Amino acid sequence: MKPRDEGSSLSGLLRYRGQQDGLLTRLNAPICAVCYFAGVAWFMGLAFEPFTLRTYMSENAMGSTMVEERFPSGERALATGREFAAHKKRVGGMPVDWLVKTMQARGLEVFTQSFSRTLPFPDENKERFMVKGTNVYGILRAPRAPRTEALVLSAPCSPGDNNNQAVGLLLGLAHYFRNQIFWAKDIIFLVNEHDLIGMQAWLEGYHHTNTTGMDWSPLQGRGGSIQAALSLELSSDVITSLDIVLEGLNGQLPNLDLANLFYAFCQKIGVLCTIQGKLQRSDWDSVSGYSQAVQTMMLMVLKQASGRPWGDHGLFLRYHIEAATITGINSFRQYKTDTTTIGRLLEGMYRKLNNLLERLHQSYFFYLMPSLSHFVSIGYYMPAFGLLAVILLLRALDLWVQLSAPPPRTEDGIVDVEQSSPGLLSVLTPLVISHLTGAALYMLPIRFQDMAVEHFPVSETEAVVLTAIAVYTAGLALPHNTHRLLSGEGTEQGWRVLKLVAVLYLAVLLGCTALINFSLGFILALSLVPVAAFVTPHVPKVLSAFVLVILSPACTLLFSVFFFQELQEMPVSFQDGWLLYLSVISQGILDHSLYGSLVYPLIALLIYPCWLLFWNILFWK
Amino acid sequence: MAAHRCSHLVWLFLLVSLSAFLLSDSQETTLTDDNHDNEAENEQAPPESAKQTAEQPAVDERRWEATEVNEVIPGDAAADKHDSSASPTAVPVSMPQPKDDMQEELVIRPLHSGDIYASFQFRTLWETDFTKGKKVSHYRLFPKSLGQVISKFSVRELHISFTQGYWRTMQWGQPFLPSPPGAELWVWFQDSVTDVDATWKELTNVLSGIFCASLNFIDSTNTVQPSASFKPLGIGNVTDHRFLRYATLPREIVCTENLTPWKKLLPCGSKAGLSVLLKSEKLFHSSFHSQAVHIRPVCQDWQCKTTSWELRQTLNVVFDLHTSGGAKREWSFFKMFSRTLTEACPLASSSKIFIDITDNPQEEQFELSPATPLLSQAVVLGDRRTFSVYDLTQPITFGTMRSLNLLIRWKSTEGDMLRPLLHGERYVAGYGLQTGEIHTLMYNNHPFRSFPVLLLDSVPWYLRLYVHTLTVTSKGKDNKPSYIHYQPSKDRVRPHLLEMLVQLPPHSVTEVTVQFERALLKWTEYTPDPNHGFYVGSSIISSLVPSTVAMDTNITQEQPLFSSFFPCKEESSYFMRVYTEPLLVNLPTPDFSMPYNVICLTCTVVAVGYGSLYNLLTRSFQIEEPNPGLAKRIANIIRKMRGVPPL
Repeated sequence: MKPRDEGSSLSGLLRYRGQQDGLLTRLNAPICAVCYFAGVAWFMGLAFEPFTLRTYMSENAMGSTMVEERFPSGERALATGREFAAHKKRVGGMPVDWLVKTMQARGLEVFTQSFSRTLPFPDENKERFMVKGTNVYGILRAPRAPRTEALVLSAPCSPGDNNNQAVGLLLGLAHYFRNQIFWAKDIIFLVNEHDLIGMQAWLEGYHHTNTTGMDWSPLQGRGGSIQAALSLELSSDVITSLDIVLEGLNGQLPNLDLANLFYAFCQKIGVLCTIQGKLQRSDWDSVSGYSQAVQTMMLMVLKQASGRPWGDHGLFLRYHIEAATITGINSFRQYKTDTTTIGRLLEGMYRKLNNLLERLHQSYFFYLMPSLSHFVSIGYYMPAFGLLAVILLLRALDLWVQLSAPPPRTEDGIVDVEQSSPGLLSVLTPLVISHLTGAALYMLPIRFQDMAVEHFPVSETEAVVLTAIAVYTAGLALPHNTHRLLSGEGTEQGWRVLKLVAVLYLAVLLGCTALINFSLGFILALSLVPVAAFVTPHVPKVLSAFVLVILSPACTLLFSVFFFQELQEMPVSFQDGWLLYLSVISQGILDHSLYGSLVYPLIALLIYPCWLLFWNILFWK
Repeated sequence: MAAHRCSHLVWLFLLVSLSAFLLSDSQETTLTDDNHDNEAENEQAPPESAKQTAEQPAVDERRWEATEVNEVIPGDAAADKHDSSASPTAVPVSMPQPKDDMQEELVIRPLHSGDIYASFQFRTLWETDFTKGKKVSHYRLFPKSLGQVISKFSVRELHISFTQGYWRTMQWGQPFLPSPPGAELWVWFQDSVTDVDATWKELTNVLSGIFCASLNFIDSTNTVQPSASFKPLGIGNVTDHRFLRYATLPREIVCTENLTPWKKLLPCGSKAGLSVLLKSEKLFHSSFHSQAVHIRPVCQDWQCKTTSWELRQTLNVVFDLHTSGGAKREWSFFKMFSRTLTEACPLASSSKIFIDITDNPQEEQFELSPATPLLSQAVVLGDRRTFSVYDLTQPITFGTMRSLNLLIRWKSTEGDMLRPLLHGERYVAGYGLQTGEIHTLMYNNHPFRSFPVLLLDSVPWYLRLYVHTLTVTSKGKDNKPSYIHYQPSKDRVRPHLLEMLVQLPPHSVTEVTVQFERALLKWTEYTPDPNHGFYVGSSIISSLVPSTVAMDTNITQEQPLFSSFFPCKEESSYFMRVYTEPLLVNLPTPDFSMPYNVICLTCTVVAVGYGSLYNLLTRSFQIEEPNPGLAKRIANIIRKMRGVPPL
């Protein structure tokens, strides 16, 4: 009886505020619609330059002290890179011995780490299944430093002709850095094999943790706590621009000061710099300038929402190490930059990082960047999500009021009897069943891949993805199964209680997600909030079902894939898009099992069951 | 006048012979000391039979040099002699011998990495008694500031070191005197001290002043009393660890301001002798810098009837090949110290330079110029080393240029270093700000001998160790320590102390892990730069390591058969102390700009909001009469005087 009393007093309050029926309950739908559009508009406004803040260096240790860059030997670094390429080709993989010898000749303490990992199913994008490799790293010991702090510069040893220049530049910088006296932190030069898997092995070895069940040999040399890291990707002798990648595992971002540092040095040295591969435009007041900013920001949102590491730096963030990937891009622009200049840029950045007294912590950890010189901080973008989330609360309030309201006059006594027993079972059963479906979606694809391969003419990867889609689709038949389990007919009060639970559940889920990974939370809110708002058993079934499916997490992902391609100016046909979609699903599952990305379990175990609850409500009998 | 000079000469001769005796005496003393002191290298060991012929003339020469030095001594000493010789009848048989004695020494070891290790040692011996209540007021070579400290605080032994950098055991081998990064201080007090803690507190503050270091930050939260790891190095058999205090400050940064007071303790300051080389701009342009002061009582003679105080000042520095413009692999005094040597310290009884040429008997690795005929052999840290010796008290050492600029030119870069038999590593495992795990790795690289080590860990209280998670494993098996001394921490009062005696199996890695929880500090307890992290001092591994000489199983060469049956020669094991890296641990840190924002906001709200409201509420409002003009006022005064009501 207690909640009922509270409810009635609450609705009473609402009624006093409004004239008769309560303003919030009466105008609920329009308010919700307004909130939704206001949220979207707010979000779109974030990219408008006058509404954003200019980036500025917060860290004093990096700001005022100017450093001089003198790295001279870009050509030599390229020659080393070619030598590396030759050895790589000869060995047919990572030339471990050559790297060890070269690093030792440059006066570093050199160590290797071997690792092996069997993927749960073959990765068709990168064509790997049983991965075995070796990481080579050399530590430049800072003079008169007690091995308590370190910086990392890494370059992946990629297959083919990629990234040879990055390794060459890394070795060149190591040689140059070794002859300087001013280092206060150890610098670790790391060449990792098999990109992220190698990086994961190295980081786990360095911190002696094992989160993903990988086999690696323990590290022999360490440099204390790592303060910052940069990963370098460079595949041509000259570049036209440098791109910085910030998005890491689970949408974590490095401290904004790291991006500021990169931007400051690009400005100082005169290198074109981009983020998301988009140059900044000066004409922010024109439509095209604004759309450029929106595209850049949307790309960042989509990348962050995917929760996967978008460069080798992405895995550092878990260990509270500020890291970014710097990629050299060689396009058809006129303006070319040579390797010496990139070396000087990196030297400047490392000297500034070397000056750090504390970890980077002064600037923002939560931000979006519509361009490299502007950012949107958490205080500015959160209202956009808040406006969407408040819809859920309003609907919940409305339902609460409806539930606590006395039965309408037009109904007779029979209804009263029904209302008195909404039944715990009628709420709990759909909840449990939809979560079981979610658990099946999470577990089955990898478990049943062997069986699927046996019975159907598909590869393992296809088997996993298709099983996932099959389980997902099978969940749509759930209402019938649920009702079979239910004892009686669903009541009017029943679906209201269920919807109240589902709406609050969704609100909590999205709220938590948005706090950790705003982009994911916002994208999910964009698609799920309308569903949660309008679904009742009384809306037209077929049309609503169609809308519901369109707005389900899987379709959101599909649209995101197309949207992402569109934003990257690489539109794909539907056929290719579909294939891409399948590979994105497999990548998501792989990211989860390889690096511990949380997006797949979040969708499978929580978001999808929540969406199923709304599906259930639509087919409530 | 002639007679006077004659008697002067006679007295000189007497003095010379006496000092020669003294010299030989002190050599013996060093020998006996070495039995007590395992750390000190045995550079003065008697020459081997093989080298005896080479060494003999050197000893003779040294005696000759001693006479010359005495003649050269200007100033006070000569004046003293004049005074004493002026009245030859008044001089008793036990003439005023110098009861104090000073030796200086520089050992240079070219390292395989191309770097170079230079170790200075200055030793002052003084036969006096600080402890027996009588006041010592006349100081000659021994620094007065330290003498007063010893007598005031009843110090029995004092060891203090300031180190900048970490000794890279795997590249450089063993140092002659190990020290942890930062500052380290350990003191044995006399058993007459009643309140050790108060004395310790006062002592650290005084030392902080003497050495211009932040030793005053040593308090009960970083002081421990190790039960087994630190034994007295001087004479005396009191080993009650209630009188021992040990503390490290891993964060202490060592720089010129610490070097200057250290140099001032030397008898010759930085004016003459080896200390001329100690120029800070070069000493701090290096990979490793460590300076230390060790004070202890030692035996004066064989029977140990009298004791004397030994002050040993050491300075170790490693110069880096690469950062010194290492295009040419060569080292000279000028390149290392930007100075050359021109004389020995006139107050020193011995002044020598040793160059480690063990790996270079035929000059195949590096070339040494000017060459010296003097050689010396010693067992240093369990390894027999050969040294070229330059005696600075001989003018011939300086050649015709009157200056010594030793040059070491590398010829080949090959050559393997003997792997150090024992070394340690430490790191923090895990991520996140709640828990973590300290891993300490101890490597025993001996191919077939196992030996026990004492591990000492002192962890600040804000890392709350879970001792039940303590594991010691070697070769994948549980290794049960035979002795564990654990003192739990008390929040804000004292640190954890963990001492263990662990047997290291041959050729193995022993891993000690213990989990900890990071405490949330009070907001005033954070350092000014809390996001830098908090330091945990090095753990200390002390051990008697089997000697490398004894490890040599192929001993049948060049040895008589009767002497080579038992493998253990000379010192079968030697003492070694290894320090691991300090740790830098991040604790959960609040956003310190937030209180600032809150304070700003509150102040604004109070000032504007509350202030104006308060103003409104407390002020009584009156309608003020408009101010009458000056003319009107004057008119009113006049009217008042007239008795007419004002306007």
